[in-house]
Amino acid sequence: MSAIIRLKNINKTYYNGAPLHVLKGIDMEINKGEFVSIMGASGSGKSTLLNILGILDNYDTGEYCLNDVLIKNLSETRAAYFRNKLIGFIFQSFNLISFKNAMENVALPLYYQKMGRKTRNKLALEYLDKLGLKEWAHHMPNELSGGQKQRVAIARALISKPQIILADEPTGALDSKTSAEVLEVLKKVNKTGMTMIIVTHESGVANQTNKIIRLKDGVIEKIEDNSEHKFSNFSVENIK
Amino acid sequence: MISLLHEILNTIRQNKMRTFLTGFAVAWGIFMLIVLLGSGNGLKNGFTSNFGDRLMNVVNIWGGRTNIPYAGFQSGRRIYIADRDVKFTADEFDRDINFVIGNVSLGSKNISNGAEYLTSSMTGVSPERIIVDGAKIAQGNGRFINDLDIREKRKVIVISERAKDILFKNQPAIGKLVNVAGIMYTVVGVYYIENRQDATSSYIPLSTAKIVYNRGINLSNFTFTLNENIYDKETNDEFMSGYRKRFAQVHQVSPDDENAMWYWNRFEDYLQMANASKYINIAVWIIGIFTLLSGIVGVSNIMLITVRERTREFGIRKSIGASPWSILKLVIVESVFITTIFGYIGLVCGVGITEFASQFFQPSSAGSDSFNAFLNPTVDINIAVQATLLLIIAGTVAGFFPALKAVKIKTIEALNNK
Ligand SMILES: Nc1ncnc2c1ncn2[C@@H]1O[C@H](COP(=O)(O)OP(=O)(O)OP(=O)(O)O)[C@@H](O)[C@H]1O
Ligand SMILES: [Mg+2]
Repeated sequence: MSAIIRLKNINKTYYNGAPLHVLKGIDMEINKGEFVSIMGASGSGKSTLLNILGILDNYDTGEYCLNDVLIKNLSETRAAYFRNKLIGFIFQSFNLISFKNAMENVALPLYYQKMGRKTRNKLALEYLDKLGLKEWAHHMPNELSGGQKQRVAIARALISKPQIILADEPTGALDSKTSAEVLEVLKKVNKTGMTMIIVTHESGVANQTNKIIRLKDGVIEKIEDNSEHKFSNFSVENIK
Repeated sequence: MISLLHEILNTIRQNKMRTFLTGFAVAWGIFMLIVLLGSGNGLKNGFTSNFGDRLMNVVNIWGGRTNIPYAGFQSGRRIYIADRDVKFTADEFDRDINFVIGNVSLGSKNISNGAEYLTSSMTGVSPERIIVDGAKIAQGNGRFINDLDIREKRKVIVISERAKDILFKNQPAIGKLVNVAGIMYTVVGVYYIENRQDATSSYIPLSTAKIVYNRGINLSNFTFTLNENIYDKETNDEFMSGYRKRFAQVHQVSPDDENAMWYWNRFEDYLQMANASKYINIAVWIIGIFTLLSGIVGVSNIMLITVRERTREFGIRKSIGASPWSILKLVIVESVFITTIFGYIGLVCGVGITEFASQFFQPSSAGSDSFNAFLNPTVDINIAVQATLLLIIAGTVAGFFPALKAVKIKTIEALNNK
């Protein structure tokens, strides 16, 4: 099986004030179509890792290959291109543009692919329909519930048909019922063959994924196979 | 590009307050600038119109009364102007003078044609007087007083267009007789003076005036025009003091007697006006530049705040594939778009109000010696357009640098902004 993501000895230090060595040599491979969760204590470096995977942030040393392309020292323009083509990012805080309605938000990645307005709005409506939000297409983000916002964000992540979906605590701001719904959507998307990596605190969410990567103090503590979905609450060690 | 415009229109529509504030700063700046420049021009035009087409280098001399006893005469002696003054001036000062003419003021006279009449101040003049007063005679409206009139002491008169309108209505006036307080004169010309549609003065030949009204050799005053040797305050002052000295000699008055010779030097007025115009110009431009600057600062400020407010939005855009350049373009085109539209609005309003005001401040209508304080307060459209362009460029630059800064923020930091 071909690895879509290959990390070799990734190190990342923040230099705001006292240097903070956050990622201390991360090695991992994720294959096409995998459904992976990353767990770990607060401050263990989960978001940092995901941001590097999403080319939103850079790393200091090591090698990150995405789709067999070395992602290192890219120009912002090139990084933008890869983000647009290869990556769909889902944020805990949704990150919708407040003055655009749901449809326009979903269509925005296609604007940066130079797609015409009519075509991209039509496509955006299709994706919103898939996520059960057709009626809400012309609503502004502040008129939507948390779950609806996150589904709009998912539609936006999906519309450019990326290679991987990265989600940083996608259910973190949602109640349990809505969380379950959103997770259902993500599972469905994974079923279509989309590689998906979810950072989460919730063992219930992690248990839905097929592989759990445990991060501790900037290193991978262990990688568990969870294809049986037998993850039990007893092994929760991230709640401190 | 169309796509970009759609994107910008969408942004503008959803951020009306911001758009309005930026736009208002621009429109107001341009509007004020145009009103200001227009007012300055109005003042200047008012000044210049008071000179009209009249010669700028005219000096008029009257006799006064002595203040200082001199050469056996007591003070308070009246000084009479006569033909010899014209002669000595023409003979002795020809280096600095073009021509000298005498005038006989006859005061207000009742001029009538049948039942129609008006009161007009009448003067006996020489042919050159038409240049001095900046009067003009339209095609088909006859001629001014000429040398033959003078030589033959003809009873001819040149009246103003307004007088002609009153006396003759739509009928031709040339060759017709008018009755000036019992004496009949033939109308030989109808003149007009630009910006003085209501001038009513009438002219008759100097020689005729002397005879008919028993003036002998006396003149009311005389007029000469300075030539190019007199071109600034220094040359003018030197000439005038020399002239005053000689005048004192001729009339046997003390050289220190300021009251014996009254004069009015239009060139001095002109110098003053030129000076005033210069200062108005400087003042207007200084205020104008500050107005423009405050517009620029306003736009810059709003752009700065706007860009800071939009940092997170830019982060979101970048996270889904916007290149730095595309964001820069978004900000700049939006800025240009807003400043252009509102700059144009300011331009139209400003030009509109100056045009309206210029309708309001028509040339003065109170007779030939009234004063226009304000005339035609309009702006050279080129300057208005240039100012607008300047503000558009300033708006762009003002948007560019904060945008560049915002774009340089790392995507992840922009996303975490706020
Ligand atoms: N931009 C930054 N500058 C400096 N330090 C940072 C920055 N971002 C994160 N950190 C620090 O790096 C460490 C790892 O942060 P990170 O956000 O990756 O943790 P996390 O595992 O996602 O935590 P959480 O579960 O709370 O989201 C933390 O100690 C955090 O304070
Ligand atoms: Mg995190």
